[in-house]
Amino acid sequence: MDQEHSRPSRTASVERRVAAIESVFEERGMEPKPFVEAMTHTAEEEWVPRNGARVVTKAWTDPAFRARLFANGKSAVGELGLTMPPHHRHLVALENTPAVHNVIVCTLCSCTAFTIIGLPPDWYKDLDYRARAVRESRTVLREMGLDLPPEIEIRVWDTTADTRYMVLPVQPPETIGWPEEKLIDIVTKESMIGVARL
Amino acid sequence: MDGIHDLGGRQGFGEIRYAPGAPAFHAAWEKRVNALYGMAVRRGIFNMDEYRHAIERMPPRHYLSASYYERSLTSLATLFVEKGLVTREELERLAQGAFPLSEPSAPGRSNLPDREKFQPGDRVRVKNDFCAGHVRMPGYIRGKPGVVVNESPRYPFPDAHAHGVEAADEPTYDVAFRTEDLWPNSADKALVHVGVFQSYLAREV
Repeated sequence: MDQEHSRPSRTASVERRVAAIESVFEERGMEPKPFVEAMTHTAEEEWVPRNGARVVTKAWTDPAFRARLFANGKSAVGELGLTMPPHHRHLVALENTPAVHNVIVCTLCSCTAFTIIGLPPDWYKDLDYRARAVRESRTVLREMGLDLPPEIEIRVWDTTADTRYMVLPVQPPETIGWPEEKLIDIVTKESMIGVARL
Repeated sequence: MDGIHDLGGRQGFGEIRYAPGAPAFHAAWEKRVNALYGMAVRRGIFNMDEYRHAIERMPPRHYLSASYYERSLTSLATLFVEKGLVTREELERLAQGAFPLSEPSAPGRSNLPDREKFQPGDRVRVKNDFCAGHVRMPGYIRGKPGVVVNESPRYPFPDAHAHGVEAADEPTYDVAFRTEDLWPNSADKALVHVGVFQSYLAREV
C-alpha cells in the first residue's frame, strides 16, 4: 500500500469538513465570509413566512389580486416586492376551500418556495414526511394534528420540478373584515405548506 | 436513478417529528453550508440539478444517516472534487480525517425523442422508463396513468442539465394521479399532483 494514498480511517467531524471546504473557497479567492454573513442574514431575516402571509392576506382581501395570484403567482407576489430565485420560474397558489385541502411535499429532496413561505422546516425535509405524505396523506395530517372530515378531498402536491407551490388557506370566518396588518399575524408557515388549517 | 432519495410511497417510516415554528437552522455550520453551496451556484461552479444529483449519489447508508445539511455539504464537496477545485486528499488533509463523498455519476441524457404537447384534461401515462443518471420522475408514478391539469413554463431538462449534456428546455405538466392507481388498496384516498417533464409522458390511448 502506498502510504500517500491511504485514506484516514476516522471520519472528520462535520464542523471540520465545513471548515475544510470553506478554506478551499478562500484559497480560490472567493472570499466566502462576507457572502456567508450576507446570505445568512437574508435567509433568517428576509426569507420569512411573513412574506407568504402578506400574499395570503392580500388574496383574502383583494379579489383582483387573488385572481392575478392564480393566473401568475410569480408576477403577483412581485407586486408585493417579493422575489424568487431565477430557477423558480413558476409559483402556483393552491386554493383551500371547505371541500378541498391542499398539502405540499418534495419526495425527492426538499424543494420549497423558500423566499415566500420561509426555509423548509426539519420535519418537511425528514425522510418520514417525504416517504409518507403522498401515500398516507390523511393519516399523516391526522398525526400532525389536522383531522380532516372524510368529505374533504385531499390533494398532495409533489414538488418534483422547479415550479413552486404555496397553499392559500381558508380565511377563518371570524376574521372577515379584519385589517390586513392584523390578518398577517394569523397566517403560519404550516398553513401555507398545508399541514394546518387556520 | 432509482436511488435511496426517491422516497415517495416507501413504507416503514415513522411518525413525523412535527414542531410548528421551529427554526430552519440549529447550528452555525448549517448556515455556512447553506450559504457556501448557494455561493457556488451563484458563481456558476455547478447548477441546482448537479447539486441535487450529487446528493442522490451519496451511498445509501450515508444518505439515510446524514442530516439535511450534511447531505448539502457532501454534495458541495463532491462537486468541488469532480470539477477539479480540490482533491479528496487535500480535503481530508484540511479536515484532519476522512471526508465521505458521493459515488461517481452515470452518464446523463438529452430530451426523449417522442415528446408530445398535451392539453388540460388529456389522459397520459408515465413511460416505463429507466435512467441511471439524474431524473426527476419519482419512481411511484412510473408506468401510471394520470390526467393533465396544467402546463408550466419551460425548464432545463434535469436529466441533461445535471450532466452537462445539451438539451432543449421543456415544460412540465401538472399531472393528477389517483392514489388508487398508484398503490391500489394500499393508500389513503387522495389526488397526487406531480410536475412531470414532457419527456417522461406518453398519451394514454
